[in-house]
Formats: sequence, structure tokens, C-alpha cells
Amino acid sequence: MSSSDLVAALLQSIGVDNPHGLSDNTARIEVHENRVVGLKLVPGLKVDADETDDGINVEIRVEAGVRLQKPVHICFGVLPEDGRQHIDLDVRIHQDAHASFLAHCTFPNAVDVRHTMTAGIEVEPGAHYAYFERHVHGTHGGITVIPEARVIVHDDAEFTTEFELIKGRAGQIKFDYETLCHDRSVVEMTARISGRADDRIEIHERAQLLGDEAKAALISHIALRDDARAEIYNDVTAYGARARGHVDCKEIVLDRAIAKAVPMVAVHNPTAHVTHEAAIGSVDSRQLQTLLSRGLTEDEATDLIIEGLLSKKARWTKD
Amino acid sequence: MSLLSIQNLSQSFDGKPILDGLTMDFWEGHIHAVVGPNGAGKSTLANTIMGLHGYTNYGGEIFFDGQSLRGVSVDARARMGITLAWQEPARFEGLSVLRFVGAGSKRKDPAHVKGLLEALGLEGERYLHRSVDRTLSGGERKRIELASILAMEPRLILMDEPDSGIDVAALDYIFTALSRLKNQGATVIMITHSRAVLEQADHAFLMCNGRLREKGEISKIGRYFIDRCIPCDHINEPDEEESIL
Ligand SMILES: Nc1ncnc2c1ncn2[C@@H]1O[C@H](COP(=O)(O)OP(=O)(O)OP(=O)(O)O)[C@@H](O)[C@H]1O
Ligand SMILES: [Mg+2]
Repeated sequence: MSSSDLVAALLQSIGVDNPHGLSDNTARIEVHENRVVGLKLVPGLKVDADETDDGINVEIRVEAGVRLQKPVHICFGVLPEDGRQHIDLDVRIHQDAHASFLAHCTFPNAVDVRHTMTAGIEVEPGAHYAYFERHVHGTHGGITVIPEARVIVHDDAEFTTEFELIKGRAGQIKFDYETLCHDRSVVEMTARISGRADDRIEIHERAQLLGDEAKAALISHIALRDDARAEIYNDVTAYGARARGHVDCKEIVLDRAIAKAVPMVAVHNPTAHVTHEAAIGSVDSRQLQTLLSRGLTEDEATDLIIEGLLSKKARWTKD
Repeated sequence: MSLLSIQNLSQSFDGKPILDGLTMDFWEGHIHAVVGPNGAGKSTLANTIMGLHGYTNYGGEIFFDGQSLRGVSVDARARMGITLAWQEPARFEGLSVLRFVGAGSKRKDPAHVKGLLEALGLEGERYLHRSVDRTLSGGERKRIELASILAMEPRLILMDEPDSGIDVAALDYIFTALSRLKNQGATVIMITHSRAVLEQADHAFLMCNGRLREKGEISKIGRYFIDRCIPCDHINEPDEEESIL
């Protein structure tokens, strides 16, 4: 397939019919397997990509003071049934720059696909970086996703990331994100994942609130059906004065699924404050009975409650 | 014609009788009030009629439109046209007002849902996309509950204390909802402690200690409740001999 056909096929798999539906001043990066098949830059955004045997190394820079008006669209995908894709991502958002990225990872036909990512991300002082990653998987479950990120969020900087996997089978997911949060920085990491059949989900997220008045929230909302399993390890450790942290882990578990949540909260400074809430179980009985009393069947009611759990939420760190 | 007929209904928890041989007829198209002191069994009566989890094992009979409700699930009862507005409605994190109100509605379009919210004094644009979670006040949540009830166009509505947690100004909107339901030909059973709400009814029942103590015109029931129940020093344990039925 030609590059433009691949771009069209990738975008179609994520529900975007026409790549040109993205207006001309939208920056875009499309990567199929180990090839950059589409690239459009805007002033202030630099992207360098090197193809490797099984993926690519990408360097992304947003220049100091630049405010990108629109989200940069990224699409990583493997269209065939099998393949390997390793993305090495090196991101630096320079001082006072603001950028948001909307990334789609699409493996619609995966029977034996492995997508791994190692990311080093640095958000310089006063910069804002928002990274929203939506996964579109097929129905087979033959997909392994292993993202790892080390993030440094400097003074007065903001880093928000959201991982959404609601459509298709989760397959095997194991992710590991660590953030170091300096003075007055704000970090929010959210995962919203639906697992079924024999999907396996493992999440490790750590936020170290090193700086004074640093703020972080780690949020995991997971729904599991059939024989799916999830293990969530969230760790917020506060060292800075008046640092604030929060862990929110909610899992709905149906059928024979098994969920485990291990929130770790630690405070090394008496002025810091870290909270956590975890709730694991079947759908809430009062919610269920309410929807049944409106005439929904048990399955319809359960789906609606899960839809609520997995929906996008207002940011915890906004208040 | 009675839409709902309850015959010798009893319900007990842990061996303690909570509903004790209740017989009541609810005429179609009327607003019926059920009053009584705390713990009289009013919510238990509503939950049993709805068939909620934990309330399905009752003695006696409940007939809706001539059909026994024994063994009929909550959602099947709802599809027959019975619904319940909860005293303290559940919160749904992440579920929008639009989705929640639309869930049991025949019409799910935003314009319709917006109209229902506005009938209850809630500005549609402000609420449609908010989530039915803890950020709503108690009064807002109660009115959204009623919007979702109106959306169902039910035949029988059990309202458990529609006025609790509602301020005087918002109470008028509850009355609007009531008259709207009545105009649709619906039958309402509302449980209340409020004189103002009681006055909206066509007919009232007074319960005490799981039994029916009195029924009839609302003025009579209101007077009885104020004169006899409120001063009663052994609330919910009336003397056998004292029974006026
Ligand atoms: N599921 C249950 N399990 C055990 N006891 C129950 C249950 N439901 C109700 N009860 C008991 O039944 C009695 C009647 O409760 P109910 O809630 O029906 O009273 P009520 O008339 O609605 O009171 P209020 O005016 O305070 O709302 C109470 O003693 C209550 O504790
Ligand atoms: Mg009650």
C-alpha cells in the first residue's frame, strides 16, 4: 500500500473517514509499523523520526513559548494480523510552551501484535503538556501493549495524560508510568479501560511529589467482564511542603473477573496531604435497582453504569 | 376502578413484621398520599410494590391492573408502567443527566429531555451534560429523578418523600410534575410528611406500625395525623383497642 492509502486505512480504523477532514493547520504524524507514512508540522513543532528494524525513534520538540492552538494528531498502528512495533519516544516541551497531543493506537485486526513504547518526557518550567491516548483494538485479543514512560515535570509545569481503551479487546496491557513532580507542578494520569474474555491489565503508576505545592492525581477506572483480570498499583509519595496527591481506583467486576488494587500513599512532609479512594466490586445495587425501576434490563443497566464509570471526567487537579 | 390493589400484604425483616396485613385500593388517575410516622413502613410498602431486591418475599397479594405481581421482576414491573422515585436517589458518577433521563424514556433526544428538565425548573443547557454525581445538590438530584420519571410516561408512580431536601421555591416544580402526571392519566402514590404535599393529593392513607390506621379525605387524614400521631408518645406501637379501623 502507498503511504497515503495507509494513512487513510489507519484513520478509517479509528473512525476518521477523511484525513483531509483534519484541517490544514492541524499537525499530524502517522506511523504504520516502522514507517512514518504521514507527517504535517506547524511552526514551533519539530518532529524527527528514524525508522528502526521493528519501529521508530521519534523526537518531538515544542519550542519555548510556543502555544500550539490545536492538538497534534498522532496515529500509531499495525494493520495486519501480526507484527511488532516499538516506539521510542523522546518528548521535550520547552519552557512556557503549551501543547496537547491526541494519539490513536490502532490494531484493528491484531491476532499476534506487540506494541511497545518507551518514552522519556520532559516538561520544562511553565510548560503544559497534555497527552490523550485512545486505543482501538480488534475483537481477537491477540494484542500486547507495553508502554513505559519516565516523565519529569519541572517547576510550574503541567502534565496530563489519559489512556482510553474502551472499544475492542484489551488483550495484554502492562503499563508503567513514573513522574517526578517539581515545585507547583500539576500531574494527572488517568486510565479508563474495559477488559473482557481473558484480557490481562496491569497498571503501575507512580508520582513523586518532590517539589513544594506539587499536585498529582492518579486515576484508574476499569470494568472487567468474563475471565478478565486487572492489577492496579498506584503510588503517590509526597516530599514537598503542601504537596497534594490523590489516588482514585474504581473497578467494576462482573462474571468471573478478578481485580486487585494496591494504592500506595506516603507522606514525608507534615504539610503534605495525600488521599486515596478505592472501590472494587459488582455494579452498585442502588444504581442498578434505580435503572431497573426505569425499565432497563439488567444488562442494559449494567452497560450504562459502566459507561458512566469509563467516561471522561472533569479533572481532579482543576479545583 | 383501582389500578393497584393490595390485599392483606405483609412483609417482615429478621422475623419482625414491618407490613402487617395491609389492604389498600389505589384508584386509577388519582393522587394518593401515604402518611405516617417514621418507621411506619411507608418506604417498605413502596419498595415492595416496586419489587426491589430484598422485598420480593411478601405475604398477601399485590394486583396491578388485575394481574398479580408475584414473581414479576423490577424491570418487568417498570415495563408494565410502575416506577419509583427514590427518597434519596442514587448518584451515577460519569453518567450525564441526558443519558440518565433518556435511559427509561421513549424519546432520548436532547430537546425532549431539556423540556422535561425545564418543566422542573432546571435550566436545560446547564444540566444536560452534567454528571448525575455528588456535585448535584440534593434538591437538583431529586428534580432530575422526577424528570426521569416523567420521561417514562408511567402509569403508576411511587414517590417516596418527593419534598424531602427540597426548598419551598422548588416545591412548586414538584407540584407541576404532579399535575403533569395527573393530566397524563397517571396514578400517583406519594409518601410524605409535609402538609403542603398532602394537600396536592385527592385521597390519603395513614399508616402506623405497618398497618393502615385511617383512610379518606386529605383534610380528615391531615387532622388525624396532626392531632393523634404527632403527639402520640408510643409512636408506631398503637394499642389494639385504640384502632379506629
Ligand atoms: N431491608 C430492610 N431490612 C431490615 N429492616 C428494614 C428494611 N427495610 C425497612 N426496614 C425496617 O422497617 C421499618 C420501617 O421502615 P420504613 O423505611 O418502611 O419506614 P418509613 O415509614 O418509610 O419511615 P420514614 O418516615 O422514616 O422514611 C424500620 O424499622 C426499618 O428499619
Ligand atoms: Mg421512608
